[in-house]
Amino acid sequence: MNGLSFDIAHLLAGGLVLVSFMLLYQARMYALLNLFALHAVVLSLSVAWQALIQGAPHLYVTAAIALGFKGLVIPLALHRIVQRLHIHRAIEPVVGIGLTMLAGMGLVALSIGVVLPVTAEAGSLAREDLAFSMAVILLGMLMMVSRHNAVSQVVGFMSLENGLILAATGANGMPLVVEISVAFSILIAFIVIGIFLFRIRERFDTVDLHALDTFRGERR
Amino acid sequence: MALITDLIVQGAQMLLVLLLAPLLTGFVRKVKARLLRHQGAPLLQPYRDLLRLSRKEIVVADTASWLFRVAPYLMFSAIWVAAALVPTFALNLVFSWSADLIVIVALLGAARFFLALAGLDVGTSFGGIGASREMMIAPLAEPAMLMIVFTLSLLAGSTQLSSIAAYMSGPDVGIRISVGLSLAGLVIVAIAENARIPVDNPATHLELTMVHEAMVLEYSGRHLAMIEAAASLKLLLYVSLIGAIFVPWGMATADQGIAAYLVGVAVYLGKLAVGGFVLAVFETSVAKMRVFRVPQFLGAALMLGLLGTLLLFVSRNL
Repeated sequence: MNGLSFDIAHLLAGGLVLVSFMLLYQARMYALLNLFALHAVVLSLSVAWQALIQGAPHLYVTAAIALGFKGLVIPLALHRIVQRLHIHRAIEPVVGIGLTMLAGMGLVALSIGVVLPVTAEAGSLAREDLAFSMAVILLGMLMMVSRHNAVSQVVGFMSLENGLILAATGANGMPLVVEISVAFSILIAFIVIGIFLFRIRERFDTVDLHALDTFRGERR
Repeated sequence: MALITDLIVQGAQMLLVLLLAPLLTGFVRKVKARLLRHQGAPLLQPYRDLLRLSRKEIVVADTASWLFRVAPYLMFSAIWVAAALVPTFALNLVFSWSADLIVIVALLGAARFFLALAGLDVGTSFGGIGASREMMIAPLAEPAMLMIVFTLSLLAGSTQLSSIAAYMSGPDVGIRISVGLSLAGLVIVAIAENARIPVDNPATHLELTMVHEAMVLEYSGRHLAMIEAAASLKLLLYVSLIGAIFVPWGMATADQGIAAYLVGVAVYLGKLAVGGFVLAVFETSVAKMRVFRVPQFLGAALMLGLLGTLLLFVSRNL
C-alpha cells in the first residue's frame, strides 16, 4: 500500500511538472488557458491524494479551492478577457520554444539538485513534493519572463502559485487559514491584474508589455 | 537438439516479422480508407505490389553510382535484422543477448544513412531535398530515442529488450510517470521515423511535403520493392517495440513449449491489430504539420525523455 500510494503521489506531482512544460510549449491563447485549467485540476487531484494518505481532511478544502477557483473561475474569466480584448491570436515568446524548453529542463534539474540534498532528513513524500513544487515555481517564473503577452504572464504567475500550494501540502501541518488567505490574495491579485490589462489595452492598444518599456524610454 | 529448436524458433520469428510487415501496412491503409468512407485496397495489396515491383524491369539513372544499387539491400537487411531482434511473441530467444535497444537504434540509423546517401547519389533536386529534410529530422529523433532508451534502462537496469520486457511485466514496476513519459516520447519518435502523417505523408507525391518519398523517387523495380518492404518492416518494428516494452504481457518465454508460443503469436497479432488501428485513427484525425514545425514536435519527444530521466532520478533518490 505504501509503495502504491507513494507511486500515485509521484505520478500526480510529476504530472504537474509535465503540465507546466506543456504551458511553456503552448503558443495558442485558448489552448494555453485550457492547459492552465488542467494544471489546476492536476494540482487539486494531487492535493486530494495527499489528504487521503496523510489523513488530513482540511487538505480536501484546499483541493476544492484549487479546483473551483483555478480550475474554473479564473480560466473562464481569462477566456472572457481574451474575447473582450480580441487577443486570441498566437502568443510570441521572447526566445524560441526550443531554447525555453532547454532552459526549463535546466531549471528542473537545478531544483532537484538543490532540494534533494538539503532535505535529507524529511520524509520521502515531502522531499519529492518540495522538489517538484520548486520545479513548478521556477517554470512559472520562466514562463513569466519568456512571454511578451500580459495574459500569458498572468497564467505563468498563477501556475507559480500552484507550485506554492503543492509545496505547502507536502509539508505537514500547514494551517487552513493560511491557505485560504493565500487563495483569496491570489483572487484579488487576479482582479487587479485584470483591471490593469484593460487599462494597458486602453492606453497602448496592445497587451504586449514591451510597449511599457518603450513608453518609459528604456528601449528604443 | 535444444540448440536446433531454439534456432528454429528464432528463425520463425525472423520469418514472422517479414511476412507480417506488409499485412500491417495494408491493414493501416484499409482502416484509414474505411474511416474516410472509402472502400480501400484489399488487405493483401502490399504483397501484390511487392511481387509486381520485383518482377518489373529496373531503370537506373546514368549518373547513379554503385551505391545507388547497393543501398536498398543494405537498408532492407539492416532493418530486417533490427525488426527480427525485437521480441515479438517470445522472450529470451537465442539471439536475445544481442537484442539491445542501442543496437536497434544504431541499425536504424545506418539504414537511414544509406537511404539519404542514395537520395543524394543521382543528383536530382528531389533526392537532395528529401535527404536534407531527413537529415533535419534524424538528429532530433535519435537523441530523443536515446533518452527514452536511457530512461527505460535506468528503470530496468539493462538495455536488453528481453530484460526490459521481463521487468515491465513483473511486479516491481509500479505506477511511474517516467514510463508514461517514455511511452509518449517513443510514440512521437515512431511517428517521425516512419514518416507518418503529422510529420510526413506516406501516401503522397506532393513535392512541398514529402520527405521519405522524395528520396526514393528515382528507384524502380526490385530496388523499390526492397525499400517498400523495409518501410513496412520499420513500421512493424516500432509497433512491436512499443508492444514489447509497454504491453509486455502474453509473451512466451523460451522453454514453455509450442502451445505457449502459439498463444504468444495470437497475443502479438492482437497487439499489432490494436497498434495499427490506433495509428490509423490518429492519422485521420490530425493534419500534416509544416516541415519547419517538425523540430518542435520532436523536441517535445526529447523533452519527454529528458523529463522522464529526471523524474526517475528523484524517485530513485528517495
